[in-house]
Amino acid sequence: MFGGIDPGLLIASLMVASVPILFAAVGELVVEKAGVLNLGVEGMMIMGAVTGFITAVQTGSPALGFAGGALGGAVLSLLFAVLTQVMQANQVASGLALTLFGLGLSSLLGQGLFGIKPPLTPDVPFGPLADIPFIGTVLFSHDPLVYLSVLAVAGVWAVLSFTRAGLVLRAVGESHDAAHALGYKVRRIRVLAILFGGAMAGLGGAYVSLVRVPQWTDGITAGAGWIALAIVVFASWKPWRALLGAWLFGGITVLQLNLQAAGSRIPVEYLSMSPYLITILVLVIMSSGRGRAALSAPASLGQNFHAAR
Amino acid sequence: MKRRHLLATAALGLGLAFGGAAAAQDKTKACFVYVGPIGDLGWSYQHHQGLLAVQEAYGDKVETAYQESVPEGADAERVLTQMALSGCDIIFTTSFGYMDATNAVAKKFPNVKFEHATGFKREAPNVSIYNARFYEGRAIQGHIAGKMTKTNKIGYIGSFPIPEVIMGINAYYLHAKKVNPAVELTVVWAMTWFDPAKEADAAKAMIEQGVDVIASHTDSTAPLAEAAKTGGKVIGFGQASDMAEYKPSPRVTSIIDNWAPYYVKRVGQVMDGTWESIDSWEGIASGEVELGEITDAVPADVKAEAEAMRDAIAAGTYHPFTGPINKQDGSVWLAEGATAPDGDLLGMGFYVEGITGDIPK
Amino acid sequence: MGWIVLKLEKRPSPSVFWSRATPVLAVALTMVAGGLMFAILGKNPFEAIRTIFWDPLFGEFAWYLRGQLLVKAGPLVLIAIGLSLGFRAGIWNIGAEGQYIMGAICGAAVGLAAYPTESRLIFPAMVIAGALGGWAWAMIPAILKTRFNTNEILVSLMLVYVAQTVLAMASTGFLRNPEGAGFPGSRNFSGYPAAANPELIAGSGLHWGGVAALAAVVAAYVLLQRHILGFQIKLSGQAPRAARFAGVSPQKLTVLCMGIAGALAGLAGLFEVTGPAGQISIDFNVGYGFTAIIVAFLGRLNPVGILLAGLLMALTYIGGEMAATNLGLPSAAIQAFQGMLLFFLLACDLLTNYRVRPVFKEAR
Repeated sequence: MFGGIDPGLLIASLMVASVPILFAAVGELVVEKAGVLNLGVEGMMIMGAVTGFITAVQTGSPALGFAGGALGGAVLSLLFAVLTQVMQANQVASGLALTLFGLGLSSLLGQGLFGIKPPLTPDVPFGPLADIPFIGTVLFSHDPLVYLSVLAVAGVWAVLSFTRAGLVLRAVGESHDAAHALGYKVRRIRVLAILFGGAMAGLGGAYVSLVRVPQWTDGITAGAGWIALAIVVFASWKPWRALLGAWLFGGITVLQLNLQAAGSRIPVEYLSMSPYLITILVLVIMSSGRGRAALSAPASLGQNFHAAR
Repeated sequence: MKRRHLLATAALGLGLAFGGAAAAQDKTKACFVYVGPIGDLGWSYQHHQGLLAVQEAYGDKVETAYQESVPEGADAERVLTQMALSGCDIIFTTSFGYMDATNAVAKKFPNVKFEHATGFKREAPNVSIYNARFYEGRAIQGHIAGKMTKTNKIGYIGSFPIPEVIMGINAYYLHAKKVNPAVELTVVWAMTWFDPAKEADAAKAMIEQGVDVIASHTDSTAPLAEAAKTGGKVIGFGQASDMAEYKPSPRVTSIIDNWAPYYVKRVGQVMDGTWESIDSWEGIASGEVELGEITDAVPADVKAEAEAMRDAIAAGTYHPFTGPINKQDGSVWLAEGATAPDGDLLGMGFYVEGITGDIPK
Repeated sequence: MGWIVLKLEKRPSPSVFWSRATPVLAVALTMVAGGLMFAILGKNPFEAIRTIFWDPLFGEFAWYLRGQLLVKAGPLVLIAIGLSLGFRAGIWNIGAEGQYIMGAICGAAVGLAAYPTESRLIFPAMVIAGALGGWAWAMIPAILKTRFNTNEILVSLMLVYVAQTVLAMASTGFLRNPEGAGFPGSRNFSGYPAAANPELIAGSGLHWGGVAALAAVVAAYVLLQRHILGFQIKLSGQAPRAARFAGVSPQKLTVLCMGIAGALAGLAGLFEVTGPAGQISIDFNVGYGFTAIIVAFLGRLNPVGILLAGLLMALTYIGGEMAATNLGLPSAAIQAFQGMLLFFLLACDLLTNYRVRPVFKEAR
């Protein structure tokens, strides 16, 4: 069944394929850990895709492009922050509205960007390391954002687990009333988390328009934000499991296309369903038998906080 | 108030009443319905270029209107009705899925002309259908692919298994095989109309399998961008638009959907009153299928052959589906010297002999 | 010296006045902000606003467009009603789009299997099959949740993509029109009266889907106000622990709420495929299942509110189309405009639940 598919190349491809959803998922994970459910990931990603593209084309620098993408995503998420943290609006509906708005706005901003090739993002030069069989392909032949996405996971994990800031963030997500009583600024912390989530989603979006596809067209993220949301749930709000989930999903997507290319006899329609079905299956296996493992959602998730006094 | 009431009782049954209103205008109004955003840089974008050409050709004498991202089905029917009501004289519906809606609305508005792209139904005298023979361009791409592949593996990224796509795959394969009997075709189905990232992955998967010429039936530049990363080892083609930014390689030529000649002609016919319901399926000859510049990455002799084939197709002396051609199962489709009837092509649901793998069902 | 700050004070109970007035205020604010956007895009803002909000209701072609409001609002309301029950109980079914698709496929399959038999029983059988199809698709996340603790957000969302692939298979394979010259798509139900769902009164836009939506609004209202189940749903959402003490089984409630939502979404799909859409095709679904989530919350999970929210959403779709065609506005501008409307509606809700009080602060 795996005849003709080089595992090294496959792993290298899946790492690249997963970058956009991984960035967005890690960002959303932090948002949800703070007790906020932002369903606007798709909208923030596509805003990042267009602002990143514009910045990179204007400045000629991919690095500035990614910064612009992150900024674009963060600015859009600020709208969500105002709605839910200041105006106490319903988070689910606000997030969905954010997606609608982001899709529309990105398309308006992107008019006139057709047929432009953005500046190339070079791979990190590892020199001879990249020529090592298998390991070189898997580990030393990527652009900087691939490494950054893994670092982001590690960073979020470290901050959430070992720092005071992480502790406070989790406290706010578990019980905003208790956190408030302890004197933490619940809303300020949540706004910061939302901005971080927006920036990460924007970064993921910019990766699509600058590296994965290198062009701008309307709707270019094509639903990646929704997958990112699912990955956060898949991960049970644990950073390393988000990495696992993104790689699993990206890996099966890449694998099914490779199987098609290698002339597998498995019918195409089943192959194209497989990323979704296998993700469900793996989650079922992971969440069953572990008692309450699946219920590890932050307790205040989706609830707005208003200090009585 | 009275008029509104009258119209309401007449409902949509009396389309004649509105046709009169439309004809009273001095400008001819041409309307277009697109299935995607015009920023898709592919299918809808190219149709919109046709609208711009109409505007350019007739200037003040014509008024144009369009609606983007219209879902097929109920929404299409409403948009078409609104357009007919608001005085459009001719409406181009530019996606296969608008077929039933176009015919249904056309029956209610006999004085408005309807033009449906890529379908087969003409249930009212004011409906025309039109399409482009993209397979002619695919044949030329196949020729180039067969000549230029070094690994003898060529690829094709399909969207959904519909006749239009299958026709393209067959034309591509047949002409590659003709000049290179050792060639093998790999087809990857994306099972989506639009997901650029997935197209990139599909192209990458094929490249990893040793494919070095990639044609795609999806409209983004993602496959070309993947090909570009190989540093000239893999080539591809522009699809729908020229994708000139990837010249001279990996993009060695392209198929450009050029609807402008047809749109300009048909709107002109509405203006001078000579419009008739037709079934139009034009190709390279009339300019609807345009072959983008063949770059110097293609050896001169191959380029000359490709251009000769293009000219023969344009002159009508060569049909890309000329027998003998067998179906995948070995049964005879076209006998020696026979050319494919249009009906067989439009409903094509089989691979030709030599292609491995099954069409998804 | 000092300054005035605005302070929010939670109302003991939502203000009735503001709950009626905020939508009006929000629409007015959207007109201002949206008008500004249209002006930036170089269009006449007054004309654009009139085209979107006024013309579909009272304009020249309102006799046609009013009916179309029902066509567009029907499936949104029907799906949103089902979803709202689950959302109230804290059950997150966001895969109504998939349930909608499966309802349409199952219902259509029954009708197409019977083709060309003429019988009065065919349409009712299709309705049942449609509801069952949606129900069964929703049972997958429901049972995985109750049996294996699997999160329903992920499962229901992933199943949307699976349903879309099944839809593509149906259109190009097992439900394809044998007389369709090899093109994708099923037979059109408008040519098969026994299985069709035409307008009940010509030109009104009202078909069985609209009737079902209204019936669902009434039924949900009665359920929530008068029935013990409605009480259990509300209690589970507000106080899950208390609900468990009161003898409410979360498992049963999950299965029930997901089942109702799935069945209603399936019905919406069936009525759509047999009526306005006419046939199964690769692009049959247009996102009603996702938009319905917005409608549900915009209606504050209240049946009457959902009905109004569904009609308002439908208005922006239809008015937006008019504006795009007649004024040449990009459809992206319409999308952004819809987003703005939702922002304002959600933000203004603040006034319903909170009192905004100016407080004088002493400078220190």
